[in-house]
Amino acid sequence: MHALLSRLRYAGVGAAVFLSGCNMEVLTPKGDIGAQEKSLILIALGLMAVVAIPVIAMTLWFAWRYRASNKQATYAPNWSHSTKIEVVVWTIPAIIIAILAVITWRSSHALDPYKPLESDAKPVTIQVVALDWKWLFVYPEYGVASVNEIAFPTDRPVNFQITSDSVMNAFFIPQLGSQIYAMAGMETKLHLIAREPGTYAGLSSNFSGPGFSDMNFKAIATSEDGFRDWLAHAKATQVALNDDTYKVLAAPSEKTPVSYYGSVTPGLFSHVIGKYMHGMSHEGAGQQEMSMDSQHDMSHGDMPMDMHHHADGDATSSNITPAKAEK
Amino acid sequence: MFGKLTLEAIPYHEPIVMGTLAAVILGGLAMFALITRMRLWGYLWSEWFTSVDHKKIGVMYVIVALVMLMRGFADAVMMRLQQAMAASDSAGYLPPHHFDQVFTAHGVIMIFFVAMPLITGLMNLVVPLQIGARDVAYPFLNSLSFWLFVSGVVLVMVSLFIGDFAATGWLAYPPLSGLQYSPTVGVDYYIWALQLSGLGTTLSGINFIVTIMKMRTPGMTLMKMPVFTWTALVTNILIVAAFPILTVTLALLTADRYLDMHFFTNELGGNAMMYVNLIWIWGHPEVYILVLPCFGAFSEIVATFSKKPLFGYSSMVYATSAIGVLSFLVWLHHFFTMGSGANVNAFFGIMTMIISVPTGAKLFNWLFTMYRGRVEFTVPMLWTVGFMVTFVVGGVTGVLMAVPGADFVLHNSVFLIAHFHNVIIGGVVFGCLAAINYWFPKAFGFRLNERWGKASFWCWLIGFYVAFMPLYVLGLKGMTRRMNHYANPEWQPYLIVAAIGAVIIAMGIFFTVLQFYVSVRDRNKLTDPSGDPWGGRTLEWSIASPAPFYNFAILPQVRELDQFWEDKQNGVAYVQPAKYEDIHMPRNTGVGVVMGAFGTALGFALVWHIWWLAAVGLLGMIASFIVRAYDRDIDYWVPAAEVERIERSRHAQLQQFQTSQVAPAAAPSRQKVA
Repeated sequence: MHALLSRLRYAGVGAAVFLSGCNMEVLTPKGDIGAQEKSLILIALGLMAVVAIPVIAMTLWFAWRYRASNKQATYAPNWSHSTKIEVVVWTIPAIIIAILAVITWRSSHALDPYKPLESDAKPVTIQVVALDWKWLFVYPEYGVASVNEIAFPTDRPVNFQITSDSVMNAFFIPQLGSQIYAMAGMETKLHLIAREPGTYAGLSSNFSGPGFSDMNFKAIATSEDGFRDWLAHAKATQVALNDDTYKVLAAPSEKTPVSYYGSVTPGLFSHVIGKYMHGMSHEGAGQQEMSMDSQHDMSHGDMPMDMHHHADGDATSSNITPAKAEK
Repeated sequence: MFGKLTLEAIPYHEPIVMGTLAAVILGGLAMFALITRMRLWGYLWSEWFTSVDHKKIGVMYVIVALVMLMRGFADAVMMRLQQAMAASDSAGYLPPHHFDQVFTAHGVIMIFFVAMPLITGLMNLVVPLQIGARDVAYPFLNSLSFWLFVSGVVLVMVSLFIGDFAATGWLAYPPLSGLQYSPTVGVDYYIWALQLSGLGTTLSGINFIVTIMKMRTPGMTLMKMPVFTWTALVTNILIVAAFPILTVTLALLTADRYLDMHFFTNELGGNAMMYVNLIWIWGHPEVYILVLPCFGAFSEIVATFSKKPLFGYSSMVYATSAIGVLSFLVWLHHFFTMGSGANVNAFFGIMTMIISVPTGAKLFNWLFTMYRGRVEFTVPMLWTVGFMVTFVVGGVTGVLMAVPGADFVLHNSVFLIAHFHNVIIGGVVFGCLAAINYWFPKAFGFRLNERWGKASFWCWLIGFYVAFMPLYVLGLKGMTRRMNHYANPEWQPYLIVAAIGAVIIAMGIFFTVLQFYVSVRDRNKLTDPSGDPWGGRTLEWSIASPAPFYNFAILPQVRELDQFWEDKQNGVAYVQPAKYEDIHMPRNTGVGVVMGAFGTALGFALVWHIWWLAAVGLLGMIASFIVRAYDRDIDYWVPAAEVERIERSRHAQLQQFQTSQVAPAAAPSRQKVA
């Protein structure tokens, strides 16, 4: 099985050779998640090529061979059924899909964006807020924030906590792998790691209005020293991110330049999520307390949101979790 | 008095829009003058607009769809041009607000006002003829469906010149489409245009299910039904199951926008992801609603032009039904990146790839229909072979994106854009153009010109690959959809190639128009005196071209799958009956037109909050319906003598044609195999 898959991978690579003249970011990943996704794409393509290429070849071959002017070809004007052929044409695609289904099941779990990455290195947490039309990044462990630029060391997992303070967007760094939606009142999670230093393009991949096209950011994967320098540079910025400066930042603007905040009001991220939850304060509110609330308050207007709290206890049923208090 | 509507709503400052408006007004005036001059209004009103004849309604659907194709395609060209220009520091020529409306309108128009009416039109034209019926089950309802669809078209076109259109993307995801982020009337035009035409679609879905279930000619059991009718049946079941979901979803969005409710807002317990789920529970079956009848058309065409019965008829039927059921179990694959758990994503991914098994079986069945056949490369057959090759590519990229791990990097990229154009152009557009070429003689009595048809095919085929292969590459280069401009100069060459592809497709469209013009001009040369221009297999080819208004003088008896083919083999295809009977037919009515007009007024009034006009529109619709309900003069009898006169002239023409054939090989009876 394993040997077969690696062969298929090479088949997929072969199929992609004609495209090799250009640099394709998604197929030249710079991190583990992206690398796994690349090989998943190539394996899936190789597997499907087993059916697709013969079908295309047979279509062209049959169309040519049995053209009306070719009187040499056999003509079987009443032939319209063959159990053998039927069995083959249902079974072979079914087998391929069965293999692909197993791959899908495994890879969906392995690549679940919510799954923390296994690593000895200490992860970096970055809180992401999609605004109209720029990205705000908060480093809760370091007390700094930035707009439209992030930095993190290579070989250390990065835990992204993502939300939106406006319409829906999607947070995506193509060369590092997976994207995930940013939605108001909800927190999504994404775990990435970079293996090569570099500056990678980041973007919103979900249309969000007039300023959408410039909603780009730079993702700088660098050395530990480089990361420390970047943090120090941010820390040296005199501007603080508090309620007032956040309001100014959150107002719609386009082509927003990169900027930094030397300090950040603690709890800002969960406040951004919490303000959509019917004005409930999430500061210090624990999971259990929330569930209790909703039980006491079943007739209350924000029941659908509380449903998520219940679901949160069951990790497999839903991964869209509401804000949790910052530790 | 006029609600939110003021003169400011007309976009004077947009030269592109004003130019288009001027062209539309001038063109409209010229057409109005021409029709008036030729005194055609009376003819159009009594023979077409008020007609309840399924064939004429079908033709009108297709004509409106082709007109809207021009509009939707103009949007496509504008987008390709913008993206070909707007690299690095260039802003291109379309500002974001205009560009955003253009891509929204392109998607909405191509799906709702081009693909849907093409499918509905073809089903109208073909289904009753294939099942040996004289009309659909509810002829008036059919007319009403058409005019409700037209009122949706009118609203979308009006939005271009009065106010604006949604700038949200074709599915209008909230919260962007909510009042807070889209305060103008654009989304309201979107809502009411879709509600009106969607109502028409639901009604016509019900109509066709009843027609197919109840009006088949004696002896035609379900498993003797032509494949196109089978696909139409499954499609209409999907319509009836799925379109109410769209109606409700849009109604909830309406409640948010008009009544200050919070189903999908960020605040007060609203949940936008609910909308995204609901819209795709409609949206994914919609894809199969569009493509299944095209599969049916390809099945008919490949059998006819391979001069063989369709390979694996029953597996085709089971595959169609399986696709129909599965299409309701895959909607979440449109948003794996929402953050559902791995189990949920894996389930929907696997369900999606399972659909490729019956779809693959269909492809093999078409292949083995050609196998050991005598394949004639007419225009419909070219479209079919082009489809088979192209659709495989689209299927592969589709299954690829059904793998959640792969979708995490491909979602919302232009790779996705390339994929769904690959299946919609390769499947639906090719299918509808094949079907139009195939069934055109049955509607009009003459064939379409082959030469320009082939030119159109090659331009579409090559143009498609030139336009969309670069987008596959760009998707892998990390380009996302709906970008007004971009910083990465590496993308530009690909987008210039894509724009060239759009120009090649434009030539394909031009050749189709030219094909219609040349065919009408040369209609006497292209005439179809036998009613069976292709050596067809199913019942519609047994009657005259164009089909008489009552379709079948005597309801045919069916014992075999391809009854007409069998009859030709046995030399009993054109036997005249001993005597004819009176035929019961529905009478034309203008109520559909009137209700459509009131519907347009209602929609326009709701968009602009002109409440008195909304009341007039709604009450007008209800009153017209009540008037219709009490109308007892809705049908009439065609006397047997009249039927006999028409049929005698048909048989005289047929005989003359058969004897005039120098080479008897061309006559249908030559199909007899020793």
